Amino acid sequence: MLAFVLRRVMQSVVVLFVMSLIVFSMINLVGDPVDMLVNPESLPEEIDRVRRDFGLDQPVHVQYWKFLMGALSGDLGNSFIFGRPALALMAERFPATLELATSALVISVTVGLPLGVYAGLRPDGWGTRIIMGGSVLGISIPTFWLGLMMIIVFSVVLGWLPVSGRGETSRFLGIESSAFTLDGLRHLVLPATNLALFKIAMVIRLARAGTVEVMALDFIRFARAKGLAPRRIVLAHLMPNILIPIVTVLGIEFGTLIAFATVTESIFAWPGLGKLVIDAIVNLDRPIVVAYLLFVVTLFLVLNLVVDIMYALLDPRVRLQGDET
Amino acid sequence: MRKFIFGPKALLTAAVAGLGFLAGPVSASDLTVALAAEPTSMDPHYQNLTINNSMATQVYDALVLQDVNQNLVPGLAASWEPIDERTWEFTLRPGVTFHNGAAFTAEDVIATMQRAANVPNSPSSFATFIKGKTFDVVDDLTLRISTEKPYPFTPNDMSRISIIDSAFVDATTEDFNIGAASYGTGPFTFTKWLPGDVIELSRNDGYWGTAVDWDNVVIRPIGDGTTRAAALIAGDVDFIERVAPADLPTLESRDGLSVFKSVSNRLLYMTLHMTDDPIKPYVTDHEGNPIASPFRDVRAREAVSLAINRQAIADRVMDGLSAPAGQFSPEGYIGYSANLEPDAHDPERARELLAEAGYGDGFKLTIHGPAGRYSNDTRILEAIAQMLSRIGIDTDVETMPASVFFKRFSRGGPGDTPEFTVAMSGYANGSGEPSHPLRIFIHTKQKERGYGPGNRNGYSNPEVDRLIEDGRSSMDIAMGEMAFIQATDIAMREYALVPIHHEIATWAARDGISYEHGALDSTFIHKIRPQE
Repeated sequence: MLAFVLRRVMQSVVVLFVMSLIVFSMINLVGDPVDMLVNPESLPEEIDRVRRDFGLDQPVHVQYWKFLMGALSGDLGNSFIFGRPALALMAERFPATLELATSALVISVTVGLPLGVYAGLRPDGWGTRIIMGGSVLGISIPTFWLGLMMIIVFSVVLGWLPVSGRGETSRFLGIESSAFTLDGLRHLVLPATNLALFKIAMVIRLARAGTVEVMALDFIRFARAKGLAPRRIVLAHLMPNILIPIVTVLGIEFGTLIAFATVTESIFAWPGLGKLVIDAIVNLDRPIVVAYLLFVVTLFLVLNLVVDIMYALLDPRVRLQGDET
Repeated sequence: MRKFIFGPKALLTAAVAGLGFLAGPVSASDLTVALAAEPTSMDPHYQNLTINNSMATQVYDALVLQDVNQNLVPGLAASWEPIDERTWEFTLRPGVTFHNGAAFTAEDVIATMQRAANVPNSPSSFATFIKGKTFDVVDDLTLRISTEKPYPFTPNDMSRISIIDSAFVDATTEDFNIGAASYGTGPFTFTKWLPGDVIELSRNDGYWGTAVDWDNVVIRPIGDGTTRAAALIAGDVDFIERVAPADLPTLESRDGLSVFKSVSNRLLYMTLHMTDDPIKPYVTDHEGNPIASPFRDVRAREAVSLAINRQAIADRVMDGLSAPAGQFSPEGYIGYSANLEPDAHDPERARELLAEAGYGDGFKLTIHGPAGRYSNDTRILEAIAQMLSRIGIDTDVETMPASVFFKRFSRGGPGDTPEFTVAMSGYANGSGEPSHPLRIFIHTKQKERGYGPGNRNGYSNPEVDRLIEDGRSSMDIAMGEMAFIQATDIAMREYALVPIHHEIATWAARDGISYEHGALDSTFIHKIRPQE
């Protein structure tokens, strides 16, 4: 096991290095940050000053070397726009995105799982047709449009929920989150639901497929024959068996929720990572873009590793490569 | 006999009335504003960026202030006058205190200039306005600013620099962001900033000018136009800037909301390459062989301008949110020349002019522009391409993200020269001085003297250069302005640039709020007032 983890960590470092090289050289091909930063009314020497201060006058390979040396000591450079360390800026925005992604995950499981199991138990029921139809909609409607519709219905017409922003936050168990205040929760509902819709649809489909498959297996028939209550069959025998694939997929999906909440964050003016990155891309804030992409790569590497380890722990039949050596 | 009972309808009315009462403003003296963007810093000297500068005017004052049409008005200096050809004397306002209680004196101005010219990591510093000036303190409330050559725009430059308390001369940008150093003399005091989320300001009761009416102001950045409008309709915010054209009819027709519009100084223009060196690949004959730019001939440039139907662009592309332009300034704004009118649409004459210039058979052209930088930029370019094709110029459009466009626009060609033959871009005068666009776009390019940094098409007219330079060294402001208007007249008649339109800036608020607006499209919170 230890050998497996070590080998995976080594691989991850190589992947990160290659990614940083690709990202860094690609982003240096696009435009010139100086054009986006320096006010056109400035004196000509101002442009040279900014280029010098930000190290843009150096050849790309020198810039990359500096970046790499900095990265090894935990410094991914300063944002051109904000003049502050890229990592600090991201750390500032991360809690908002994390709370949005976590809420979306919770919503998608609590809503998607029961609906999916129901659809699997009654494959021909009317309810199932509605649920499955809804899940097709959930997968195919663009998040952007749906977000605006939710704002119009729930905020403008009905006036139940605030349109945008994060609302009041408070601290609980050392975590600052808007999920701990009523005002914060009201702000959280719409964006979290918006972000969750696609995942709800996915969980429904996974749960339904799993249920149909497992319900046909011998041990369920045996349980029925033994006269167990249907509730007990579902909760004690069905659930644990369909949960393994769902947990696996959701583990990775949690990464996409964090990394690609950008659209939802933009519509709802949620002060998270996504908004920071969009602004950085538009304004060619290279250090932020590079730091963000490396963060996303790291996130997926870690999630993959965790999922693999969990797999081995949950299911002894899964053999990890490292064990064979 | 009719029974007299409350029907369901009456109950509903009563309920709605009750709700209306509950949904009213929480407190008449608090204001929530949604802006389209947020500042990159709360340090007033960190970056010379429009949104940063307009936010700085809420908490800080400059020696000289600009009104909504960028006319200079007294600020921390009560008056100023030239005492000789190279020196301005500023008489400072007595009895002004910073938010922390410190008294304002000439020493604070000196400290401010020291800091503002040298902020570390600044992506666009204010040194431009400070370099080459010598500051001398005569007494606590008198300051002399001298330049090496006669320079009439010292007061304009001084209107760009927010004055801070000398105690914070060594404060870092971070100190200003967290509020440790953010003590100005302005109408609001700084409360807090959560980046991406909220900025909070409170009233400065000791303000030297007219105090604002709001006790507290909450500013939220909401980038998406539709979300911003929805936040106003839902009552989450009281005031928004930049109404998306598509949402404008909804907001205008809705009870309880008012919309404010004014022609802004943001100009969309086209620049036409007018030398034969180098020959660029974007103008070709019908077989696709590159030819020298036809726009060396003023008649070909005029043909382009006459081919553009500015009114149609305003009506159909801009949803009414643009005003046809014939020069840099909109009417009523500094540097406006009453002698110039926007060209009327005249495709017949345009075709004749092309023929006179020797291009009766037309040619092929590719025009370039940024996508998503200006309101409807791509659609405007497409409309213009159709209009040009109608007079015989077979026109293609190529747009790209602003970050790519501006590099190619200024130095994408061989030897770092401007790459495009015809390109569309935008300009807004931030300085409040009329020679600004002339110095940047019209004067012959002379990098070392700071002339013509935005002159990308090779326009050069010695007479215009002389007028601009004379005006910029005349301490007689009125004389200078006449020279600038003369230069503008000549340059525009020679189509040094082809102006398209001025964008119309929009704001919206719930009823009971008024906004003093002018040619600036940025938002100034202290101009938002409750209606009497």
